[in-house]
Amino acid sequence: MWANKMGVAGLTIRPSYLNYDVIVVGAGHAGCEAALAAARMGCRTLLATLSLEHIALMPCNPSIGGPAKGHLVREIDALGGEMALNTDKSYVQIRVLNISKGPAVQALRAVCDKDLYRRCLWQTLGTTDNLVVRETAVTEILAGTEGVTGIRTRSGSVYYAPAVVLTTGVYLDSEIYIGELKYKGGPQGQPAAEELTRSLLKLGLETGRFRTTSPPRISGRSVDYSQMKEQQGSDQPLAFSVWNRPQQRTQLSCWLTATTEKTHQIIRASLARAPFTSAVLAEAGPRYCPSIEGKVKHFPDRTSHQVFLEPEGWCTDEVYLTGLFTGLPEDVQVKMLHSIPGLEEAELLRPGYGIEYDYLPATQLTPALESKQVAGLFCAGQVNGSSGYEEAAAQGIMAGINAARYVKGLGPVVLNRGQAYIGVLIDDLVTKGPGEPYRMLTSRAEHRLLLRSDNADLRLAPQGYEIGLLSPERYGRFKRKRKQIEAETERLRQERLNPTTQVNAILERLGSAPLAHPSTAAALLRRPELNYKDISLMAPGPEQISAAAADTVEAELKYASYIEKEKRLVVQMVELEEKGLPRQLNYSQIKALSREAREKLDAVRPQTLGQASRIPGVSPADVAVLMVYMRGGGKG
Amino acid sequence: MNQSTIAAIATAVGVGGIGIVRLSGPEAFTIGDAVFKSYRGGSVSQQPGYSARYGQVIDRVTGSSIDEAIALVMRAPASYTRENTLELQCHGGPVALAAVLEQVLEAGAVLAEPGEFTQRAFLNGRLDLAQAEAVSDIISASTRANLALAQRQLRGRLSRQIEALRQRLLSLESRLAVGIDFPDDQVPELEPHELEELLEAIAKEIRGLIAQGKKGRIWREGLATVIVGKPNVGKSSLLNRLVGHKRALVTDIPGTTRDVIEEIVNLSGLPLRLLDTAGIRKTSDVVERLGVDAAKEQLQTAELVLLVLDATQPWEDEDAFIYSFCQGKKVLFLLNKIDVGRVLTRADLKRLYPGEQIIPLSVEEGQGLDQLEEAILQFALGPGQQIEHVSVSNRRHLDALQGAEDAVADAATAVKTGFGYDIISIEARRARLELGKITGETVDEEMVERIFQDFCVGK
Repeated sequence: MWANKMGVAGLTIRPSYLNYDVIVVGAGHAGCEAALAAARMGCRTLLATLSLEHIALMPCNPSIGGPAKGHLVREIDALGGEMALNTDKSYVQIRVLNISKGPAVQALRAVCDKDLYRRCLWQTLGTTDNLVVRETAVTEILAGTEGVTGIRTRSGSVYYAPAVVLTTGVYLDSEIYIGELKYKGGPQGQPAAEELTRSLLKLGLETGRFRTTSPPRISGRSVDYSQMKEQQGSDQPLAFSVWNRPQQRTQLSCWLTATTEKTHQIIRASLARAPFTSAVLAEAGPRYCPSIEGKVKHFPDRTSHQVFLEPEGWCTDEVYLTGLFTGLPEDVQVKMLHSIPGLEEAELLRPGYGIEYDYLPATQLTPALESKQVAGLFCAGQVNGSSGYEEAAAQGIMAGINAARYVKGLGPVVLNRGQAYIGVLIDDLVTKGPGEPYRMLTSRAEHRLLLRSDNADLRLAPQGYEIGLLSPERYGRFKRKRKQIEAETERLRQERLNPTTQVNAILERLGSAPLAHPSTAAALLRRPELNYKDISLMAPGPEQISAAAADTVEAELKYASYIEKEKRLVVQMVELEEKGLPRQLNYSQIKALSREAREKLDAVRPQTLGQASRIPGVSPADVAVLMVYMRGGGKG
Repeated sequence: MNQSTIAAIATAVGVGGIGIVRLSGPEAFTIGDAVFKSYRGGSVSQQPGYSARYGQVIDRVTGSSIDEAIALVMRAPASYTRENTLELQCHGGPVALAAVLEQVLEAGAVLAEPGEFTQRAFLNGRLDLAQAEAVSDIISASTRANLALAQRQLRGRLSRQIEALRQRLLSLESRLAVGIDFPDDQVPELEPHELEELLEAIAKEIRGLIAQGKKGRIWREGLATVIVGKPNVGKSSLLNRLVGHKRALVTDIPGTTRDVIEEIVNLSGLPLRLLDTAGIRKTSDVVERLGVDAAKEQLQTAELVLLVLDATQPWEDEDAFIYSFCQGKKVLFLLNKIDVGRVLTRADLKRLYPGEQIIPLSVEEGQGLDQLEEAILQFALGPGQQIEHVSVSNRRHLDALQGAEDAVADAATAVKTGFGYDIISIEARRARLELGKITGETVDEEMVERIFQDFCVGK
């Protein structure tokens, strides 16, 4: 099935502009990464979008990153993706989060100029070889017995390709709700993709429906910032992309305020006018960005909820209100705003809204994000039931890589849970199938001590290069950094520090106990109160290493024993991951499995015992049964 | 799903008057036809389910009878393994039983691996993992109290206790996770001292379960006990008294390195394993015979030491010498021969060793033996414990609890050393997963559930 199909579409005699190797449907964050990956890997790629002006649109929050999400962005970056680079081109604020909580969970978060973000990415697409961007509404995915053959558009045009990546976001048959108002459409006045769902159903795919809400946007000029707490960007030089030099730039501030008891009264009085009853919302809406009406209802004891004001760009006074997600009617939204300190005079620019959309439960996909039903059809992003730009982009780059490899007849690339948050994300999606829009959290990653933001390139750059996505120039830079890290780590392990007056004076100044006996520099670094910089005061190296390299050296030495323990666990996990399960296994015949496990296994058809073990409803006892069953040669 | 027919002796060697050879699998009945001859006539294959026939097991080569037996037929799926099952209940003792098994194996059965019957029951959907383990404990339960313990476990008492603990870890973890994943949400963070307190409370409970578990193991595997004392203080009489009157099981337990002979005494359901008492019977001076090192080694394996003293003689250096080997063990001072003399009194001993428990008795007259039994049981149960409270007895469960305790301790160390939330949450998670091994809950999704259930967060 994964045989070479490069240029196959072109073998039939038709104009070349109709023939591609990979077609990507949708130019959001998933689609852009997918299209760039496929094109950079040498595939002739068509990126179809409903609107050229809305490429890489940030219809919700203007921020990129945060815990777990920032990790995803760094991983995309290490593989040779675009999100981090584009964020560096367009951010208005950047910060490091969780500094005090340990290196594993430290993450970058940037607030972007939405317009700049969009234009920068469009520029990148426009200057990438092998890539064609076209404004068109795709109405049908074409497929034959061999799998996908191409797409048909509303105008009747047909484009051919052996691989199609579906990245349609929340646009499949989407409907907007603002209180009693309800209309067909996507975010920010965009049209919905109405006919595509029908075509997908015809191909045998199943769809589900999700709901989510977005907050109102207001004019920054109408805000009284004097009543709010300011949150400034970092004063340290930073860069989201490891390929960029850390910089310190002028930044915009974010502001904090909070709802009041009065706000909650207004909301309570209007609950009946909320578009989604909370019961339904609880079923299909995300819990991590609950609507303000949901928060008020489910946490009645809370007298106040935080509201976070984020500027949407340099050249606009539009302000985004994180924490005020709502589908309440416009008049209620205005009253609500005016009950919040600092927003008494706030002018509404756009009302918040609820949106309901079709998604394709990702349990229908292989870990390569390919449809089990239709060969050559890959799906990524919100259409898979995830949420968030970062989650979308992470799936997008993997779908693009795998679509390209599918066309070239190469095997799929799948990252495991011990390698990357991307691996955790995709494994969760295709194994568990989300009950709500899936957001990445650090607590979803078992091996988070290994999956740090600082070592994303160490984990993934070699693979990015091997795949053909990461340029040789960047790979060369990476290798130099890796060498530096290794040399410095080894030096600190070897270098002995004696309890001299000089060393102890430094320790005393740093509030650390003096040395009584000689110690290695590495052992001293394990003291929680000391960092790499402190150690290099006492044991300076032959050359200064970059701050990024120093972060990794510090984490690796400080947490050496924990990291070793985690690595052993990953080895165990990989063992289970290497035990393949036949695709055609008849689970209903294995009577020892619980009924629930039989049904779930039959539906998901896991590729490995490891994947099976993570399916909800499959107990360790069921896994033991499968293990025994497979050991017995799989005889029924 | 298993094509072979397995067979094994299903009763513990030397236990009880009846020995059972059990067969399970598709050929169980045809093999039965080949080796069993009913007095009433008719073949095993034609026997209805849950019926018994009296007859004999015959040697297929010579045609001679090996043993009288009852053939009990259970037809699939109405059997423990859900397969065709035949039980041959024999009366002729261990040698005949082995011969019956041999016949069955020659007729086409395969010798069962240890636990394979339960494994088949499990694989055929008869039991879940925890039940299968508890059942295997029931099978090996040698006394009644033991059986009750295994049954309670089967009913999930342990699962509930573990579950409650796991929920506490989960709540702790979610407090950490919400701080990590939603740093801007201003959820009050746990202070180091709060963390330490929470971890200590959890650790304490786990330690409690482990302590209980160790007691549980004593009830299942027996309490290793050594009788020591100077020559002629009454050790042998005590042993004979205990074995003679309480004799339930006397068996050779091979496999230990020195082939120690043990006597197992049933003490109100508690298996009391008297170590190396054969040696004690032969020569009255254990110290002399074994030498100092051997005596030490002997005492090391014991969990309870019965130090027999002679009330007709004063406390001597030799008593002190023997006692010195008992350090770190639970020692019961048995002041014997109180019917004969009062040279050494309870008061003397109390003065010398105020911490030790002293039981005045007369082995000859049968005086004080009830108090001895009571003291031993109290020790096995733990202070104030009723048998009902003992809940963990499975080795695997104990290991998991131990693992959880270690992880919680590591988490506490991480807090003390000043490590961040990341390390602490990783250790707390490890503890939770260890506990999950017992109840079978390892799904990580519940963590995420918990965050949103307990905290109002959102970007």
